[in-house]
Amino acid sequence: MLSTPALVLAIILFGLGLIGLLSRRNILYMLLSLEIMLNAAALAFIAGGARWGQVDGEIMFLFILTLAAAEVSVALGIVLQLSYRFRTLDADAFCEMRG
Amino acid sequence: MISLLWLIPALPLAGFLLLALCGGRLSRHHIAWVGCGSVGTAAVTTALVAADFFRGFPTRESYQQTLWNWIDTSGMTVGISWNLDALSLLMVTVITGIGFLIHLYSAEYMAHDDDYARFFAYMNLFVAAMLTLVLADNLLLLYLGWEGVGLCSYLLIGFWYREPEYGTAAQKAFIVTRIGDTALAIGLFILFTQFKTLSIQQVQSLATEAWPVGSNLAMIVAVLFLIGAVGKSAQLPLQVWLPDAMAGPTPVSALIHAATMVTAGVYLIARMHHLFELAPMVQEGIAVLGLVTLLLAATSALVQQDIKRVLAYSTMSQIGYMFLALGVGAWSAALFHFLTHSCFKALLFLAAGSVIHSLHHEQNIFKMGGLRRHLPWTFWTFLIGAAAMSGVPLITSGFYSKDWILWSVWSSPLSHRWIWFGALLGAMLTGLYSFRLIFRVFFGEVRTQPTSESGLAMRLPLLVLAFLALTVGFLEMPHTLGNITLFSHYLSHALPTTALLPGMEESSEVREQLAVTVAALLGIGLAALLFLPGSLFGARRTDQSTTHPSMTLLQGGWGFDRLYDRLFVRPWFAITRNSSDMVDRGYEWLAVCAESCHGWLSHTQTGQVRWYAASIAVGTLMLLGLFAM
Amino acid sequence: MEVLFYIAAAVTVLATLRVITHVHAVHALLYLVVALIALSLIFYLLGAQFAAALEIIIYGGAIMVLFIFVVMLLGPLAVEQERTWLSPSAWVGPSILALVLLGEVGYLIASGDHPTMAVTEPRQKAISIALYGPYIIGVELASMLLLPGLIGAYHLGRRLSSEARSC
Repeated sequence: MLSTPALVLAIILFGLGLIGLLSRRNILYMLLSLEIMLNAAALAFIAGGARWGQVDGEIMFLFILTLAAAEVSVALGIVLQLSYRFRTLDADAFCEMRG
Repeated sequence: MISLLWLIPALPLAGFLLLALCGGRLSRHHIAWVGCGSVGTAAVTTALVAADFFRGFPTRESYQQTLWNWIDTSGMTVGISWNLDALSLLMVTVITGIGFLIHLYSAEYMAHDDDYARFFAYMNLFVAAMLTLVLADNLLLLYLGWEGVGLCSYLLIGFWYREPEYGTAAQKAFIVTRIGDTALAIGLFILFTQFKTLSIQQVQSLATEAWPVGSNLAMIVAVLFLIGAVGKSAQLPLQVWLPDAMAGPTPVSALIHAATMVTAGVYLIARMHHLFELAPMVQEGIAVLGLVTLLLAATSALVQQDIKRVLAYSTMSQIGYMFLALGVGAWSAALFHFLTHSCFKALLFLAAGSVIHSLHHEQNIFKMGGLRRHLPWTFWTFLIGAAAMSGVPLITSGFYSKDWILWSVWSSPLSHRWIWFGALLGAMLTGLYSFRLIFRVFFGEVRTQPTSESGLAMRLPLLVLAFLALTVGFLEMPHTLGNITLFSHYLSHALPTTALLPGMEESSEVREQLAVTVAALLGIGLAALLFLPGSLFGARRTDQSTTHPSMTLLQGGWGFDRLYDRLFVRPWFAITRNSSDMVDRGYEWLAVCAESCHGWLSHTQTGQVRWYAASIAVGTLMLLGLFAM
Repeated sequence: MEVLFYIAAAVTVLATLRVITHVHAVHALLYLVVALIALSLIFYLLGAQFAAALEIIIYGGAIMVLFIFVVMLLGPLAVEQERTWLSPSAWVGPSILALVLLGEVGYLIASGDHPTMAVTEPRQKAISIALYGPYIIGVELASMLLLPGLIGAYHLGRRLSSEARSC
């Protein structure tokens, strides 16, 4: 079966996404990394569903898709706002909430 | 008809809700109609209920009505349930009847006040709470009414809240009565833990079975109830709030601080009489307390300058008489004095309000004088009220009630001779201070020019109350005069009859009555001698010569305010001002800890999204590691 | 079968690596689209045909288009990169990876070898029934999530336009 290698792939993709999220300072790339991580999670669900022959994995994928759509629409709006306000996409520049 | 009982407290409550919710949108005319109408209909309902009650009276001594379960938990069921018997019907009649007259009076008295709706809303709420208090079938509902009238008293004393002084007076009244309320609450807790019920009938019958006379628990509960009663009724040592409570509008003083609320303590003791009979020492204490309060208040009333403060001290003094009667076991006599007192004291306050109204809110009696010709209605009604209070024999109600109390004190096995002499001295002082007021205010030369006599809405209640102050006394006349026992016969179904010492005959009663008569007339005569302008000493005493230290002592109500200030208020402030005490230090240490922790933690708040993401990832990894283990 | 999976997985990892290391936003997006298509193929190989289709339509289509719009709107910030976008070298990497995937798909169609993953009617039916049966609460929650997403995006965008006009 392909489930085990698919789960390994999901872990690799998730790790890559996390590395991208932590290493890139451009907020747009951080969002792309988030998308990768979401996809990795979705892949894990699909692999699980395939392993057990259940439909629940695909339903979870649908929910993740919905979540991603909502998240992207709001996040990109925020990116536009930030870029107009701060004239930069550097995530570390938006640190007015520093304690 | 008797099933309409629930309407009596419900009507004023509905009036309160209506005025509180949409009082701002009603015209003054409508507000007055709602305010007076709700109490008026309650009075009419009371009359209907009373008629039905009397129809089956001797066979049916009480009527219970349960509306719904208020609190229903395992081990405790408290209902909204009313109990109508001879005692509560008397109270309800006085509250709704005199309450209605005072509402009618206030419709004109308060006509130019900005907060017309608020005034009537509070007054209606007060009437509803007071009715709850006296109709309650269980002690918890009674306590609800008890706190309700306390709240309304606070709100109405501080009615003109823009004056800081009045606000302080309201707070003082609230806090001082709170001491009594707390004691009462503790008494309720003890009763509940002992008997697992709060129903007044059950508690008393269980207590009579379970506790022998003079047992410790009975004494403790009786003392706690007594403290509650003392706080509400302004008796020693919690009497200091009543003179200051005169900051409220005059109708409020008439209704709450003279006729009804301050007698709640008398009602409570009479209602719980089985309990007090189990504690004879406490009952004796009530008598002594009443005597001391009545003398103390009477002497203070002699030297006050403010017309309302004179009446406030006289109220304390008259309630002292009621406590005295309760203390010697003359339950019916106490309630009879309550009835006559609420008529003549409401009358006196309303007449005083009429004087104040026409003198543009001047309350100092040294700036009044000669009002007899300008305010004839007020003068005659005030005179009747003062005569009733001093107990002018044969024609006034005050004579019959006070005579009954003194006769009970004389003949009761629970009393002593010196108590009787003290009460007699009090009767003399009552005549003295009441007629001092009359002579100062209505005789002599005019010092402040009054406006014209007040209108019909204010005069009508005065007339009705004056009529009552003269005639209510004929409900009960002693053996030597007419021997009418309507009142004591009626109340004997709710309260035990007064025990008499053996060998008390009518001949000694005649002698005792003569003594009371002489005392009252002596007081009035002394007043005429001392204060009537043109008499022997009257001319010289027109100035405000109150510099003598004993006079200042009396004016301050025997210096209790200053004593409490020294004993409680100042030490308390000293403790709170002391910033270096250990408890504070402990809490400060806690605050410092929290602050430094906050300092460290706030370093983690870098404001960088990536940092947060990393910390979430690390946290997740750690959790996974934990689960793996 | 398994070979196809490993090739697609390798394409995904490579494309993803390029996404997180590339300096040009549009290039990174192109690589991400390739990664998504490869992932979609993997879904197909795992037997989730419906998910594979949605992955391409919604992820590769709608969501990536949103990203591209935003990159275009951010023009002034990325203007110095304009020239490099047009260079043919940018297309080489994604094109090669995409061609590999195309080859895989072609092989699959030609061989007709998809025994476990035939588009079966009962499976789609089961998904729908489960979605509107035991997962109905999830569907409701998802719709509740989408509504604030819609309102939030509208709100953020509107304020932007009014402020941009006032500037």
